[in-house]
Amino acid sequence: MGTLIKEQRIAADSWRLLSRGPGGEPPEVPAQGDVIVPLALWLERRDAFLAYPGRLGVWLDANEGPEAIASDLPRFALVAVNFPKFGDGRGYSIARLLRERYGYRGELRAIGDVLHDHLHFMKQCGFDAFVLREDQDAQAALSALDTFSEGYQTSALRPVPLFRRRLAAGKR
Amino acid sequence: MYLYDEIDQKLVDERVAQFRDQTRRFLAGKLSEDEFRALRLRNGLYIQRYAPMLRIAIPYGLLSTKQLRKFAHITRRYDRGYGHFSTRQNLQINWPKLPQVPDILAELATVQMHAIQTSGNSFRNITTDHFAGVASDEIVDSFVWCEIIRQWSTFHPEFSYLPRKFKFAMNGSRSDRAAVAVHDIGLHAVRNANGEVGFKVLVGGGLGRTPMIGFVIREFLPWRHLLTYSEAILRVYNRYGRRDNIHKARIKILVKERGPEKFREEVDAEWAHLKDGPSTLVPEEIARIESRFTRPSYLQLPATDAGFETAHATDRAFANWHKRNVHPHKKAGYAAVTLSLKQTGVPPGDVTADQMERIADLADRYSFGELRVSHEQNLIFADVQIADLHALWGEIRALGFATPNIGLLTNIICCPGGDFCSLANAKSIPVAEAIQQRFDDLDYLHDIGEIDVNISGCMNACGHHHVGHIGILGVDKNGEEWYQIEIGGNQGEVRPGVGASLGKVIGPSFARAEIPDVIEKLIECYLTRRDGDAERFIDVVHRIGVEPFKESVYGNADQRAAHRRGQLASA
Repeated sequence: MGTLIKEQRIAADSWRLLSRGPGGEPPEVPAQGDVIVPLALWLERRDAFLAYPGRLGVWLDANEGPEAIASDLPRFALVAVNFPKFGDGRGYSIARLLRERYGYRGELRAIGDVLHDHLHFMKQCGFDAFVLREDQDAQAALSALDTFSEGYQTSALRPVPLFRRRLAAGKR
Repeated sequence: MYLYDEIDQKLVDERVAQFRDQTRRFLAGKLSEDEFRALRLRNGLYIQRYAPMLRIAIPYGLLSTKQLRKFAHITRRYDRGYGHFSTRQNLQINWPKLPQVPDILAELATVQMHAIQTSGNSFRNITTDHFAGVASDEIVDSFVWCEIIRQWSTFHPEFSYLPRKFKFAMNGSRSDRAAVAVHDIGLHAVRNANGEVGFKVLVGGGLGRTPMIGFVIREFLPWRHLLTYSEAILRVYNRYGRRDNIHKARIKILVKERGPEKFREEVDAEWAHLKDGPSTLVPEEIARIESRFTRPSYLQLPATDAGFETAHATDRAFANWHKRNVHPHKKAGYAAVTLSLKQTGVPPGDVTADQMERIADLADRYSFGELRVSHEQNLIFADVQIADLHALWGEIRALGFATPNIGLLTNIICCPGGDFCSLANAKSIPVAEAIQQRFDDLDYLHDIGEIDVNISGCMNACGHHHVGHIGILGVDKNGEEWYQIEIGGNQGEVRPGVGASLGKVIGPSFARAEIPDVIEKLIECYLTRRDGDAERFIDVVHRIGVEPFKESVYGNADQRAAHRRGQLASA
């Protein structure tokens, strides 16, 4: 696993990502501890996981949407969104929808092909935790969270667009 | 010109710092080729056939003389002393050195310029009508709306990694001079019955290997919803556009695969959440953007000028130039002037550093220190006094920019082609030159009248061949360069009633040397079939169809069949 950046610093990771085996066999579920469950597994074994003693997270792939877990969101302490390839931008929309439309407030974690140069936009879209790809220099990457000091658009972090803030500042 | 405020400037400066760091990490081996590629493309930097190519943004084609002088300096200091104006109203330089590109971007930032999102799978530079703000048929000043879109689309955190490139065009006048129907999103300003301004929204148009005319997703979008509605379209595209195949990743394929009506429903469902939200535009913001544009301080002038009238009546060369290269202006006593970058023997759109500086001097003296780049790869002085036209003509003639061919056959739109571009299948510049040489008789050119001839060196269609009245496409056949001819394409409703259309291929392709003959046959066919000289080439193609033109080139159906039999027999 790559290094975890959380709340703007390098952090220890208590979560275990449950992934299927190389032949697609279902993962072994530990007796306890924090686990991140792939969406398909969650939908398949929802009742069993509801009885799980540890904290629960869910893992969405880029082709999956928050629509599938909307009513279960309060049960999750973490939602992970997978970036299969750094150039695949679907996860940015998924993050904004989770934050802005579904009101999700828990940890929102970017996993997969998560690179230095993409952290700023990910953060703007609502991610607050990032598991960097293994080859990334985590210390250097911290500075990339805030590459740009402003943004024109609305985002999960800036619900009011710049033009409205400019107009308000002009009136003061 | 829109003048940056502190925030606009800071964002561009931060971009330079970011790219400097990325270049440093790449050169130090800390970024892979593949990863750096995605980052450099977002700053307009390609690795081309012979060297990198840097594409500099000229937002909506509007440029100050200070910026043009900076270009001249950059091409001289970092390149080979010339640049190429592209069909996307951008400037390209072909020989920069990678380690120096951050310095070039830093120099550009000092004159409020950049290369942001000029390439890559991102939201590209928005293009518009090159007569914005001065056209007599104007509905809105499209520059203001383009700047609003420019800001909204710059570093959009959600839409920075789209499935594919995304091109936006905006037209603010009744005539469509921005080719809105062949863009991913095209906006055409309209006024409804109550006099309110809105936009007709077209989506899914485009050229390239699957050319398509955009679908009208909304007849009238009130202006205040422009950003929320665009956001809804982009979100549907970002989530559901195909990412498995680069050739099927444009929004036009999503629109086609979903079906336009289904696509509209999806956009509307998304928009229901965004409509009337914080990105809804307000009149104060439109006014604020307007107020940040510098405006020419026009004089109150009579509609015409005695000196001009005399020159026009007595100097035939001047009158010819005036007929083709001077355009009406909404303000009395002023005119817009096109500097033709289509002189025979010079690659279309190419300008040297010395010429840039001379042009800047002239724009300062004659046109309030501003100019525009048209998607037809010419330069426009938008605000020239009619009394100055004759003097200006003398000056630009000496520079070679007074070829009176705007709208005529030799005003060829042409991509850089195989001479420069690594994607090209064939050269395009020599084809343009051969056609220009064949049609060098000005009287004949004027007699042929308005016609668009567009040339692309490959199916990526940077030369917009699908929407040329005659389109020429370079193709590769077993390693040899061949050229396919299309006719009947039209870039948009430049004239009322004749909308955008895509050309049809007339038949088997030709060797390069045959092209001028083929064009000549097509033109002869047009001249014998036209119903008076008001009927343009494109009008005749639409009226009588492709077949008579095909016959003029390949012979009639019997002759073509006999020819094919002959070929089979000798094979």
